[in-house]
Amino acid sequence: MGIFEFILMSFLILLAIAVVFVRDLLAATVVFLVYSLIMAIVFTQLKAPDVALTEAAVGAGITTLLFIVTIAKTTRREEDD
Amino acid sequence: MMTTVVIQTIARVVVPFLQLFGLYIIVHGPVSPGGGFQGGVIVGASMILLALSYDLSSAETKVSHKVRIAMDSTGALLFAGMGLLCLLVGGVFLEYGIIPLPMAPAEVRGLMILLVGVAIGIHIMALAASLFLHLAEEHDT
Amino acid sequence: MIRAKHVVPLIVLLGIGVILTMAVIDMPAFGDPASPAHRHVAPRYIAMAYEETGVPNMVTAVLADYRGYDTLGELTVIFAAGAAVLSLLVGRKLKEES
Repeated sequence: MGIFEFILMSFLILLAIAVVFVRDLLAATVVFLVYSLIMAIVFTQLKAPDVALTEAAVGAGITTLLFIVTIAKTTRREEDD
Repeated sequence: MMTTVVIQTIARVVVPFLQLFGLYIIVHGPVSPGGGFQGGVIVGASMILLALSYDLSSAETKVSHKVRIAMDSTGALLFAGMGLLCLLVGGVFLEYGIIPLPMAPAEVRGLMILLVGVAIGIHIMALAASLFLHLAEEHDT
Repeated sequence: MIRAKHVVPLIVLLGIGVILTMAVIDMPAFGDPASPAHRHVAPRYIAMAYEETGVPNMVTAVLADYRGYDTLGELTVIFAAGAAVLSLLVGRKLKEES
């Protein structure tokens, strides 16, 4: 495993942990967008450009937009329980 | 929704290129990475950008609800119809090579793969735009 | 930080993590031509896909032609899900208007 893959994988793990712990839902959505983009780069590294294109278009584009619309319709802060 | 002249101008310049790129990905599916699904999502996203930068009603006038539902169903029916066409000319379901066109069976299969990509593209494009517009429109009013 | 109610989930999580790590270590190397996934039908696709379909992109050839039935099912699932969501959204709006 090269140094570039190591950086990508550790970044993925960091983002996955961050997405759970961020309390602001809009910020969590943006972190998830970055996760999808890194995932697309990982798929390109694995020589699967078709899957990378799908991940970039669906994961980073449409999913984020639908999340943002849902946040705009509901509430932005996560309730403390 | 809050938009400015800058956003509207950038959107007006970017949207045609986005749609051209999406159509390129759909049509070049058999040759380069991509295909109907990815290209359809990109074209749908361009419609969403139009709706976000102007307002929802302008995107609604470009492609109305009825047209989107019709495109949605057309894409799915086109794919199933191509399978049924193979059945009608005496082959197995989705056996493209049997369709009697004046070219080699391999070329017929290539053509049908392109048509499948176009069908999936139409379907996904309409669905992505519809989902966003209907989710957003109640918030807008 | 770790309370008593967190102990059992933590143990279960660590167990699953160990099992998954063992499974990943047992997997064949990336792109190994001798791995089971690459010995079944893949060699035939690689050898014949361009000849039989005239399409250079093998992924599209497999998706739309060899596994066309699979893609049709996928499209049906997306269509059904989209129709269900749209009927929920549009139906509620129509009810509010009337």
